[in-house]
Amino acid sequence: MEKLQELLNETWHFYKRTLILVARGSKLYYAWCISLMAIIAIGFLFYMRQHDLGLIATKMNDQVSWGLYIANFTYLVGAAAAAVLLVIPSYVYHFKPIKEIVVLGELFAASSIVMAILFVMVDLGRLDRFWHMLPLIGSMNFPQSLLAWDVLALNGYLFLNLLIPVYLLVKFYYRKEPNWKFILPFILVSIPMAVAIHTVTAFLYNGLPARPFWNASILAPRFLASAFCSGPAIIIIIFQIIRKVSVHHIEIEDSALFKISELIAYAMFLNLFLLSAEIFKEYYSQTVHIASFRYLFEGLHGHKELVPWIWSAMTMNVVAFIIFLIPQTRKRLTTLNLGCLLIIIGVWIEKGPGFVIPGFVPDPLGEIFEYFPNHLELMVSFGIWATGLLIFTLLMKVAIPIEAGEFSHVSYVERSFRREEEYQGWRQDSFKKW
Amino acid sequence: MQNKRYTRREFLRNASLAALGGLTIPVFSSCTKEEAEDFLQKHFREMTPEEKKRIIAKLEQRYLQKYGRKFQISTQEAVPDTFWAYGLELSRCIGCRRCVYACVKENNHSRHDPQLQWIRVLRLKRGNLINLENSEHYYDPDLVPEKGFIYLPVQCQQCQEPPCVKVCPVHATWQEPDGIVVVDYNWCIGCRYCIAACPYKGRVFNWAEPNIPKEEINPSVHYLGNRPRMKCAVEKCTFCIQRVRQGRYPACVEACPTGTRKFGNLLDPNSEMRYIIDRKRVFRLKEDLGTEPKFYYFFEA
Repeated sequence: MEKLQELLNETWHFYKRTLILVARGSKLYYAWCISLMAIIAIGFLFYMRQHDLGLIATKMNDQVSWGLYIANFTYLVGAAAAAVLLVIPSYVYHFKPIKEIVVLGELFAASSIVMAILFVMVDLGRLDRFWHMLPLIGSMNFPQSLLAWDVLALNGYLFLNLLIPVYLLVKFYYRKEPNWKFILPFILVSIPMAVAIHTVTAFLYNGLPARPFWNASILAPRFLASAFCSGPAIIIIIFQIIRKVSVHHIEIEDSALFKISELIAYAMFLNLFLLSAEIFKEYYSQTVHIASFRYLFEGLHGHKELVPWIWSAMTMNVVAFIIFLIPQTRKRLTTLNLGCLLIIIGVWIEKGPGFVIPGFVPDPLGEIFEYFPNHLELMVSFGIWATGLLIFTLLMKVAIPIEAGEFSHVSYVERSFRREEEYQGWRQDSFKKW
Repeated sequence: MQNKRYTRREFLRNASLAALGGLTIPVFSSCTKEEAEDFLQKHFREMTPEEKKRIIAKLEQRYLQKYGRKFQISTQEAVPDTFWAYGLELSRCIGCRRCVYACVKENNHSRHDPQLQWIRVLRLKRGNLINLENSEHYYDPDLVPEKGFIYLPVQCQQCQEPPCVKVCPVHATWQEPDGIVVVDYNWCIGCRYCIAACPYKGRVFNWAEPNIPKEEINPSVHYLGNRPRMKCAVEKCTFCIQRVRQGRYPACVEACPTGTRKFGNLLDPNSEMRYIIDRKRVFRLKEDLGTEPKFYYFFEA
């Protein structure tokens, strides 16, 4: 009983100190958080409008029935899966520079999954009936519907990517050795789970013979390859920002960034190779199924809205690949960052709008409708991105001081002791004045 | 020191309680009993007969208020020994779209913003049939048929292996014993995965609250068919479930001026459909996708 009391007490102290830590920060921190919250509020207002009017408030229709939301969802699932590129080198190969930062990568994955789930939620016409999809409570069509698989896989991965880093951080906070027998199985499971979430997301599209553009068995490998480019690219940028703005001493070595960028080079090679394999098949065989590819790359019957987008994306991906291929440019931060930005944008176009929209154009009865998101869809999307960034920022605000060893149980005990001393001193002083 | 720490804790607690209260009060106060009931409504196939009766009474009341008409809402189940199929004689269709508008009227479609239709008539240049990329959906001449063109009406093909049913994450759509694929409009979550999965564009979505003029409403409806739908749920052709289960033809079959459209029970050896399959050259749209449609296109002889 006493032990339980103590445990509860300890936990309460941990939470309280965490809240205080999150609530206090530099001017820059406040400005960043408040602007994110402002974007979230605007996005929420636009979403309320969509909720009142129905999805007619977006530019989607019966021809192109998924748009910007599902495009963002696809991209973010990939970004989340990419955390595995940090997990393998650190936990399996014990590559030290990455081991220092793997927890941050896992928290990044968790934030991405939250965004991905939010994008599905805003895309649902009837959010009020969301509970129909919950297992046991509603009536989930498992294992038939790939969407049911996706719900389970995404939530499972979210759980793992919160459990593992939080467990390790809490242990570190108390300066205790983690119980590896307990947590290692979860870490090992998170590796195939990362592959699984993105494979399931690819299968979601892949399993539809009605849409030949998606119905290609190369889709899941392509998804993984592009995810292993964009996700790590985001992580490299984020780590440098953390290194710059954090007041705590956190060990993010250049060698870790360069190792990640080397992995990006391999992934980008695979991505371009798989894409060219698909393009060869379509353009050499010239069946009716080429229509969506035509629409994407050269325009179809005078409709060529996506053409400039996809060619910019192709250019960005190829330039980035060259940057990451050459060790000299890969290992210089300016060119490395340029390459990362190119990949982040290039892959977003390629597997976001450049992947979702052509699946619907032409539609199964040959109709061509050109979809372009309106400002409401943009605002709601910005709101969700801001939500993810805010969650990630707050997680970092706690995780980094713990990682740096500056936020720990020991320091708390010491400080309260010092306070007690000060308090006694102050009391004696005031007694003297009496 | 002690004092200051206390106030901070108190502040945090009060602030979080206030936030929680602020969030829940509008939710609870704006939620009437009826809305709560709607929210918790069960899946149609899991309702007991009493629950169905109660829902029907509630809906009739609601439609009376909204459209000023007394509705008859049927929940009639599939007639034993029936398995419906549809026939469409391509050589007869003149592309007049009377079927489209008969369907709109019979099935209480939203008339504008958005305008929904379950039947689409495609105009193809003679010499084309399978590659629909060259089809025209919005042809609008003064007179049909036009020289040099043929017309291909497409609607839900009531597949035996429906991809839309397979992908639905919540079992909101299923195949009835008489072969008709139906939707529980109150169970659909509006994810539109079925629209992506359908190779025939057999499904349309209520992008907004449906608009049906009061004077054009059809009050004779089936719960799984032509009852007025709601915002952000999917819908589709049901072979006029409200008619065929009472031994009538679908509205499009009745409306067709050229006798292009046929309908019948595959299990009845003397039905029109069995006659057509036995004597005519029939084919089904996109047979290569393995969806096994029960919608047979055919030509004379």
